[in-house]
Amino acid sequence: MAETVLSISHLTKRFDDQTILEDLSLDVREGEVVVIVGSSGCGKSTLLRCINALESIQGGEIRLRGEPIRQDSKNLPEMRRKVGMVFQNYELFPHLTVLDNILLAPVKAQKRSREEAREEALALLDRVGLKEKAGSYPRQLSGGQKQRVAIVRALIMHPEILLFDEVTAALDPEMVREVLDVIVSLADQGKTMLIVTHEMSFARAVADRIILLEDRRILEESTPEQFFTSPKTEQAKKFLQSFEFNRKNKAEA
Amino acid sequence: MPDLGLEVLWKGKNFVRLLGGLWVALRISLIAAGISVAAGIILGILASRKHSVSSVILRIWLGIIHIMPQMVLLFLMYFGTTRAFGWNLSGETAAVIVFSLWGTAEMGDLVRGAVSSIPAIQRESAEALGLQPVQVYRWIILPQAVRRLIPLSINLITRMIKTTSLVTLIGVVEILKVAQQIIEANRKASPNAAFGVYLTIFVMYYLACRLLSLAAKRLEKHWR
Ligand SMILES: Nc1ncnc2c1ncn2[C@@H]1O[C@H](COP(=O)(O)OP(=O)(O)O)[C@@H](O)[C@H]1O
Ligand SMILES: [Mg+2]
Repeated sequence: MAETVLSISHLTKRFDDQTILEDLSLDVREGEVVVIVGSSGCGKSTLLRCINALESIQGGEIRLRGEPIRQDSKNLPEMRRKVGMVFQNYELFPHLTVLDNILLAPVKAQKRSREEAREEALALLDRVGLKEKAGSYPRQLSGGQKQRVAIVRALIMHPEILLFDEVTAALDPEMVREVLDVIVSLADQGKTMLIVTHEMSFARAVADRIILLEDRRILEESTPEQFFTSPKTEQAKKFLQSFEFNRKNKAEA
Repeated sequence: MPDLGLEVLWKGKNFVRLLGGLWVALRISLIAAGISVAAGIILGILASRKHSVSSVILRIWLGIIHIMPQMVLLFLMYFGTTRAFGWNLSGETAAVIVFSLWGTAEMGDLVRGAVSSIPAIQRESAEALGLQPVQVYRWIILPQAVRRLIPLSINLITRMIKTTSLVTLIGVVEILKVAQQIIEANRKASPNAAFGVYLTIFVMYYLACRLLSLAAKRLEKHWR
């Protein structure tokens, strides 16, 4: 079995006195694609943000290849370089060109040579079909293009794991595909990924494992086949039904 | 054509003396502006953290500066320190100190506002890339804040240049003082000198401030 990349054990997360995640444990192995689903507000984003210490945690431990990630650790920036994160609203830097958005972290944080990083950046941009946009500013791009740039910006760091937080939720429907295609190709390359999404057919196609987050914990964990065809829990059934449309009246009429 | 009293300007070195006076005024405000921008950025960044000691210090400092007329501050710095501490500050040094105290407080507040207006997620996405906190400020927060700051800080510097007219009261020979000397000396020969000289000062102040805002516009365009 492949080595464990990410190990979350007994994680508890509270905002003030509201508990969002409680005693949550999850391991992700190398090359694995884990998709997290769950109703809005159940704590999916919070979980991802805990993984690169954008949130404080109130209990438990998060380890990346055995090394703890904590908000107070000295080597936090170094640890974060090993975790790639793509946000719902892209969060590109508006004052930098596409190329400079991508090069900032490899050059300033990883101290790589600009020429070498630039070559890789252009190759990655080419792979997502945006090579000719290298000199553009984020405001000159469509949402789908921005999100592909954000993915490249995470990829160039060669992270151990990629976190995607509803990366198509802010996109117009016709742009969803171009972004999801990129993620599927990353899965084909064997990248380790933790993906939060509401796109169920994408989840089914890309996931090795599906996790349903509900009531502060992992409620169900199974293969996509099992999850979509015979969910184990009532809540999972309910959750899946919320994506279907039924018109009783129409059937009767 | 009425006698505007402009001819005094061409007498002797009068025009050059006026320019020299303008230079004194500009020197005071530009040195103070330089200090204010540098110190204001540091103070503003520190004060942008909510509930920090620095944010309290900035608030009190700003409060005092706002309440006190600049003239009182100038007198306090120039005459007061001589009495109290035996310091012998030159008028110009006292002026630079007062203007820097004023400018740093206001600049600090502008920077604090601009830094706080950058969405938290911009900082977070930079941190998520593994940049060090200082790098996040250097490459992400400040460049975005500066764009918002340029028009506001130009306004501050312009007000500083205008307020230099007060420093004549602590014995600094700046443009207004030079003007009075010229008018006084030519009272008999050209009784209308006052108009011509002050008109010239008006144009000089206008050009100085105009130049400043043109430079700022260029910067803004460059960074757009
Ligand atoms: N900074 C915060 N302060 C207080 N509560 C928060 C904060 N961020 C998120 N929450 C709360 O935590 C819960 C989970 O939020 P989130 O992780 O964004 O959910 P999801 O991504 O699953 O929709 C929500 O109830 C939300 O209101
Ligand atoms: Mg969310």
